[in-house]
Amino acid sequence: MLAYLAKRIAIGLVTLIVASAVVFLVLEIVPGDPALLMLGMNAEPEALAALREDMGLNQPVVLRYFGWVAGMAFGDFGNSYTYSTPVLELIGGRVMVSLPLALISLFLSTAIALPVGIFAASRRGKPADTISMGAAQIGVAIPNFWFALILIYLFAVWLRLVPAGGFPGWDAGLWAGFKALFLPAIALALPQAAILARVTRSAMLEVLGEDYIRTARAKGMPRRIVLWHHALRNALIPVLTILGLQFAFLLAGTIIIENVFYLPGLGRLIFQAITQRDLIVVEGVVMLLVATVIAVNILVDIGYAIVDPRLRTRR
Amino acid sequence: MTLETPSPEAPPERHFLQMAFANRSFVIGLVITAIVADMALLSFVWTPYDITHLVVADRMKGLSIAHPLGTDHLGRDILSMIMIGARNSIAVAIVAVGIGMGIGVPLGTWAAARGGLVDEILMRFNDLVFAFPALLSAIMITAIFGPGAINAIIAIGIFNVPVFARVARAGALSIWPREYILAARAAGKSKALITIEHILPNIVALLLVQGTIQFALGILAEAGLSYLGLGAQPPMPSWGRMLFEAQTRMMIAPHLAIFPGLAIVITVLGLNLLGDGLRDLLDPRLRRER
Repeated sequence: MLAYLAKRIAIGLVTLIVASAVVFLVLEIVPGDPALLMLGMNAEPEALAALREDMGLNQPVVLRYFGWVAGMAFGDFGNSYTYSTPVLELIGGRVMVSLPLALISLFLSTAIALPVGIFAASRRGKPADTISMGAAQIGVAIPNFWFALILIYLFAVWLRLVPAGGFPGWDAGLWAGFKALFLPAIALALPQAAILARVTRSAMLEVLGEDYIRTARAKGMPRRIVLWHHALRNALIPVLTILGLQFAFLLAGTIIIENVFYLPGLGRLIFQAITQRDLIVVEGVVMLLVATVIAVNILVDIGYAIVDPRLRTRR
Repeated sequence: MTLETPSPEAPPERHFLQMAFANRSFVIGLVITAIVADMALLSFVWTPYDITHLVVADRMKGLSIAHPLGTDHLGRDILSMIMIGARNSIAVAIVAVGIGMGIGVPLGTWAAARGGLVDEILMRFNDLVFAFPALLSAIMITAIFGPGAINAIIAIGIFNVPVFARVARAGALSIWPREYILAARAAGKSKALITIEHILPNIVALLLVQGTIQFALGILAEAGLSYLGLGAQPPMPSWGRMLFEAQTRMMIAPHLAIFPGLAIVITVLGLNLLGDGLRDLLDPRLRRER
């Protein structure tokens, strides 16, 4: 298991390094000179040359790449061209919005999907199964940003229960911050919950057909315990896989949802940075997101081993 | 032999059609998809109104007989906009699936045929692409090369490549150990020829099902990109852009946001049902995986 884990981490690191090269190269070919963009079209040639020198844009690409990677390894992501603050500081502030948002939606989608999936599986073929899976089928088809608009209309415009957008900051109090993240989290969570519920149901159905479930029922064990204890634990592997994939989806989903709700998170930061050609910010945020996805995938693999002891000795 | 009880001797086509029409998901999905596709095709020759013709006096009108789905902030008929928008969504998603299949399937089957280093490199490449959340790379690509329908297609298509490569590889790997493949190899056929003659026909079902799923995902992705202003540019209507334009006017005219969204949901739902039905029909063994 340890050897397997070491291999997974090594592959993850190599992927991360290759990803950094790809990100750097791709953003190198972006049309538009960041120095020109900062100073405006009417900039003096001397001032432009000085700024280019200052920003290190005159160095060879390879040197700049290694400088950038080495900097990141030591926690220096460079300075934002437009905000003139360290990228890491910018990211730090925005993570405080995006991470809670992603975690709340992950929690919500799991809290909705697992019971629904298990319930549907236990009532296979009955109306309850058909209705909940029909609802899940529709949920999968709903774009999260459209759902967000509907939620804004219902809860912010019509019922006036929560703000329609914006974020007061955590300084305004935990409750105020939570209230601002509530609708965005639901909008992100629902389509994910629909997918997860379908996966949970089919994983449960597979397990429920096994002999040991029949044995457990035959020796008089209550249906609830069999379902939640014996069956769920064995059905968790595919569920975990999808949960891991969904975290990446949630992170990307925050880009669009943060734009719908005007939340100052990572997604909005990267979107603005791209339109402002603030490449160093784009590079920093992309690398952070990619690293998170890779780390989550490794965590999912560790999760497999915790859920299924058989996997600890295999491989 | 009666039609009601297909015996094993029944011609395979009739047997398949009977099964197809007994499959609820397949039938509902097919009907919805056909309606959306017909609406898009019809829009080439006829729409209720000319959407390039702005009637400011008619702006943001609610539902009426003249405008069944109302009008937008420029007085354009929303039904006509949705019909033309369907064209855009379908075109983007179909071409993106085509790119994914066109590159992914040869790569995947090649990796399965060669194994070893080729296979390992391809799988690591897949991991790399999967490490970038799809929407993130799409936003990066469209931001670099400029917004527009073509770049949205490329962005979504690139993400489809590893998906099809993975499915094609997995499918091909399960076929290679079969005895008839061994026989073909003994007969001296090259790996490329075996792939074309024996492997591909056996994984077509898998690819078709995956294609339907990616088609649906492509429609969602295109809507998301257009919503962010990175998809088709005005005056070409797109469902995502209609939703973006509706957002600030939702308080006075909620119908602006409702109908384009419903168009997306119905289309994606139809495609997903079609995909589910196809999976059940083409390969019953696959049913257990979902």
